[in-house]
Amino acid sequence: MAYGAAVAQVRLEQVTKTFGEGADEVTAVDHVSLDVRDHEFMILLGPSGCGKSTLLRMVAGLEDPTGGDVFIGDRRVNDVEPKLRDIAMVFQSYALYPHKTVAANIEFPLKVRGVDKAERAAQALKAADVLGLTDYMKRKPGQLSGGQRQRVALARAIVRDPAVFLMDEPLSNLDAKLRGDTRAELVELHRRLDSTFIYVTHDQVEAMTMGSRVAILNGGRLEQVGTPQDVYDHPASAFVAQFIGTPPMNLLQPGQMGSSDVQVGIRPEHLLIAADGALEGTVRQIEHLGHEVLLLTESPTGRLTARVAPHADLPVVGDTVRFDVADGHLHRFDAVTGVRVP
Amino acid sequence: MLGTSLVLLGVWTIYPLVRAIQTGHLSCNQTGTRCIDTGWSTYFDVFMSQQFQDALKVSFWLAVMTVPAGLILGVGLAVLADKHLRGIGFFRTVFSSTVATSVAVASLVWFVLLQPEIGVLSDLFSNWVPALKNPGLLRDPGTALPAVALSSIWASLGFTFIVITAGLQSVPKELYESAYVDGAGSFRRFTNVTLPMLSPSILFISVVLTTRALQTYGEVALLTGGGPEPEKSTTTIPYLIYGRNSIISQDIGLKSAAAVLLFLISLVFALVQFRGFEKRVHYGN
Repeated sequence: MAYGAAVAQVRLEQVTKTFGEGADEVTAVDHVSLDVRDHEFMILLGPSGCGKSTLLRMVAGLEDPTGGDVFIGDRRVNDVEPKLRDIAMVFQSYALYPHKTVAANIEFPLKVRGVDKAERAAQALKAADVLGLTDYMKRKPGQLSGGQRQRVALARAIVRDPAVFLMDEPLSNLDAKLRGDTRAELVELHRRLDSTFIYVTHDQVEAMTMGSRVAILNGGRLEQVGTPQDVYDHPASAFVAQFIGTPPMNLLQPGQMGSSDVQVGIRPEHLLIAADGALEGTVRQIEHLGHEVLLLTESPTGRLTARVAPHADLPVVGDTVRFDVADGHLHRFDAVTGVRVP
Repeated sequence: MLGTSLVLLGVWTIYPLVRAIQTGHLSCNQTGTRCIDTGWSTYFDVFMSQQFQDALKVSFWLAVMTVPAGLILGVGLAVLADKHLRGIGFFRTVFSSTVATSVAVASLVWFVLLQPEIGVLSDLFSNWVPALKNPGLLRDPGTALPAVALSSIWASLGFTFIVITAGLQSVPKELYESAYVDGAGSFRRFTNVTLPMLSPSILFISVVLTTRALQTYGEVALLTGGGPEPEKSTTTIPYLIYGRNSIISQDIGLKSAAAVLLFLISLVFALVQFRGFEKRVHYGN
């Protein structure tokens, strides 16, 4: 199947979006510049309200940028209607037409384009076949499970043969197990179609497992872009450090283990129990996860969470524990701005 | 809780209906002082009578004129007013205002507007519609029923507008956005998203407006008195039963029979609409 043959680069240059006026003005996206490469699976990750969906909608053409430029390929598309941008979008709620059958839903974009009936049916069947929907063509969305509806939404996007697929949290309405299964299917779909995907999520597990690169947003600003491993190993800011990773990175008080204008960060797995360690805490809680144990400790200077292997001589609640830091795994951030410092 | 509802239903709906059906079996003298039980033949006689058939035709044509026009206007205005524009609230208030207008007030307003001597509409449009002035829409047998329909459409516009506006709020915005991204223009989004998602509201309004049209009495009483004579071109079934010059005003048996027949006809119209539109009405998202 020749879907996704025409791939494209998406480029955002200083894109800004504000809502409201005067004292009520809210900046949802603040001067974001981002390059999405050909064939890439780019994740837009961030907490609720960080502007990731607004950014995606500006690429789609559902929102007009207040400032900056959006490029798809070499073409500036700020004033171009969505239907002419060669994109397809999968919404969080799937946006399936409840009164149409699965076949009619998938065929709809082709019908709008004036494709004849026989050709529409053939292409819809092809797209349905890619996603295992051929047995459900005559059903309506109300007769489908959540996972099946999501695949219909994907099939409707695929049938457009777009240059860029835009997905706005498509897994958030699924239960945890189905989400895990569908993640793998989406990664496989990206590989098969060989297209450019831009995927919005607030779930770092989705971001880390699916994306070729992750763009992390906070408060409308772009915090960092990099591969999942890169943003995990070298977070560009204290926000990224704490947003990526479960449990989150331990951030010490400014001045602890360094100068007073620096805040030191240590991942839980890099805290090593050592009798003469530099850091100390009293064990308040122990979480046994089977393959590992989390020690939640407290001290006058703050909390520390350590990830340790399950073994016989674990401390108990109330014990005082000392920690050392594994070599090369101290992260330093400016105490005021939160930006990473060397 | 259910018991109370059943009692109320029984007292205010079922008992009167049963009594009306029983009373429809009666045939009474001119003064209504002596009645005999004629069984179901009274119903048959009433239904087959020329007066009932004429009134049925008038009611039917009134429904044909008011229901589609009321729906189209109501849906059209609701869709137009469903925009986030400054000042749109004023228009929504104006469009929905007729819901607070009684049939009597609406009819009197139109009575004055259509008066050949003083009516504004008569003055403004008489060049294009001479009948406005001579003899006047309400006095011409060919135009009296459409004039009554006009008043009725105007009076029920507010109700239609409110119900459709409420229906529009439940249409998910993402359906429109998805259609827009797929390249659907305004008209295609209206036919593929708005209308199907409004179908339950549209069916509801259609049934209500049809029932209302079949039960039209106030407008006829105030605008035309069932006339103009001798054609009685605006005598609806309710007016035949209860009108000022009703020929069956003293015969409680005939009146009850006609009323029960009206109920059955309304039921048939409603069932036809439900069955007819069943496949096109979509419930739920």
